[in-house]
Amino acid sequence: MGQRMSYREALREALREALQADPRVFLMGEDVGRYGGTYAVSKGLLDEFGPERIRDTPVSELGFVGAGIGAALGGMRPIVEIMTVNFSLLALDPIVNSAAMLHHMSGGQFSVPVVFRMATGAGRQVAAQHSNSFEAWYAHVPGLRVLAPATVEDARAMLKPALADPDPVLIFEHTQLYNLEGEVPERCEVDICSARVRRPGNDVSLITYGGCLFKTLQAADELTRLGISAEVIDLRVLRPLDDATVMASVRKCRRAVVVAEGWRSGSLAAEVMARISEQAFAELDAPLARVCSEELPIPYAQHLEQAALPQVDKIVATVQAVMEQIT
Amino acid sequence: MSDFKVPAPPTGPVPWDKQFALALLADMLRIRRMEEKAVELYGQQKIRGFLHLYIGEEAVATGALRALQPQDNVVATYREHGHALLRGLGMNAIMAEMFGKQEGCSRGHGGSMHLFDRATRFYGGQAIVGGGLPLAAGLALADQLSGRSALTACFFGEGAVAEGAFHEAMNLAALWQLPVLFCCENNLYAMGTALARSESQTDLCVKAASYRMDAVSVDGMDVVAVHEAVLGAAQQVLQLQRPVFLEFRTFRFRAHSMFDPELYRDKQEVQAWKTRGPIHTFSERLKAQGDLSEEEFLALDAAAQTEVDAAVAFAEAGSWEPVSDLLRDVHTAQGAA
Repeated sequence: MGQRMSYREALREALREALQADPRVFLMGEDVGRYGGTYAVSKGLLDEFGPERIRDTPVSELGFVGAGIGAALGGMRPIVEIMTVNFSLLALDPIVNSAAMLHHMSGGQFSVPVVFRMATGAGRQVAAQHSNSFEAWYAHVPGLRVLAPATVEDARAMLKPALADPDPVLIFEHTQLYNLEGEVPERCEVDICSARVRRPGNDVSLITYGGCLFKTLQAADELTRLGISAEVIDLRVLRPLDDATVMASVRKCRRAVVVAEGWRSGSLAAEVMARISEQAFAELDAPLARVCSEELPIPYAQHLEQAALPQVDKIVATVQAVMEQIT
Repeated sequence: MSDFKVPAPPTGPVPWDKQFALALLADMLRIRRMEEKAVELYGQQKIRGFLHLYIGEEAVATGALRALQPQDNVVATYREHGHALLRGLGMNAIMAEMFGKQEGCSRGHGGSMHLFDRATRFYGGQAIVGGGLPLAAGLALADQLSGRSALTACFFGEGAVAEGAFHEAMNLAALWQLPVLFCCENNLYAMGTALARSESQTDLCVKAASYRMDAVSVDGMDVVAVHEAVLGAAQQVLQLQRPVFLEFRTFRFRAHSMFDPELYRDKQEVQAWKTRGPIHTFSERLKAQGDLSEEEFLALDAAAQTEVDAAVAFAEAGSWEPVSDLLRDVHTAQGAA
């Protein structure tokens, strides 16, 4: 028997389990303790585990992210919550120049078993500086593993293997997902290396992740009514990308559209399309296409914000155009 | 440009027994001769990339590292040849690393700026200015949380004081009462920018004190003063479980790196500071109190030179990591950690 819970509760259960299982694990970040977490993920954990293990930090991303890396070097298993990906830019240096590089730079002597969690994405009218999707920037960096749980099950189960990974792992939680409800199986174990087929189909592969998964599944429903059978791939792991699952789907469907919330130029969508071109070009029946965010800072006004982001109607229209094309 | 003040050279009795004093003199000579050789090898293109020399500043690493314990952590910068050597990495492994050989302490992945050693808890070799400070706070946090009795000594230049990382790490260390010994090597120039041209407040101890941290300024050209200060500060960090800030006033006699034409400082200033050279002032004091003869000095120097020659031979004989291993160590091998 599974259990129904929200994405937020699933993340909290995963944290609780990790804190109970290993005394080296602690959670640190802005307002994770007394406030209960900016998105209420860690609510209640301070009472249960105390202020040493549910550690409030100053608004000091560079400092506490670097300290999390140092604590991992020193033998702990820190979970560092960065309030949002927007503020992670203040800590880009330690994540990239230290966490990602120390193992290689030291000739394999030091590992950095740290987990960074952060909210990402737009859709809540919080305007440009709080609406970015920079996960692709991190997916650019060798030495990091980048996860994007899009389901309640992944929210519940990805933390455990992330903590078991001896190298730095970043987990991106889309802000639109925290209230999502879903079923979590009793024995809930997942890998953090593969993509998943979330909906099988035959005519077109829709490749997506994170906050765009549910928009893409909705689009697939509408496409069914239009007589188009779409297969939906949830990448789940943005680095390293699971090429095999993507290519198997593309080879079957012979058409592909990538849906991702980041800006299109230099994006993760661009990387996925490049890989399909490299590995399955001859098997395509139509040019590749993508639905990404428009190239502007995310606006505040609701109609403008919605217009800037990937939406169900845009996905449907893009797929229809791809279906009409023949190479 | 010639507006500089140089304090009088360190003088006075050395309050140590002869054996200990000579051991520290030997350490300073080992660093000096190793780096002089590195310059020569750079000219021969055996060593490439950046090479930041510590020549002139040897008293700081020498006095400080002798005051640390094996269980302590050490975090250093890209000017870390001396710290690595005295932490016990072995001159062979350091020289081989600078050659880029796989027998190097970082398998040739890091070079001069990225010397690492797990066995002696030497955490680099951090080449982003200020980048080591938050890491040091984290290492100390790990010790605090796991109940290990150890301190983390974090070396950085005065240039790092302008970085946000300095202030954030100082605040975290003081706020959480972390056992960090902050060792600021103030050599007066951040590359070519003099302290007064980059800081509104040039008294670095005042900055540290603003985080409610004990802060002391020490003559970094005097190995006696450095060692005594670090011994006391280390004890304070461990007993009181809180950070301490030490500023070592020192001077680098060479350019910032091998690419630096030194247009920003007066040659007279460099010459004046050389009168305070840590090796010869310490030697003179030992000679004055009858603890060092010229023969003994020459013997120590010859031993250092012999060690350097052996290290160069070791590095020359070393091997290149095969290109087929190019992607090794990007991630931790399964089952390794």
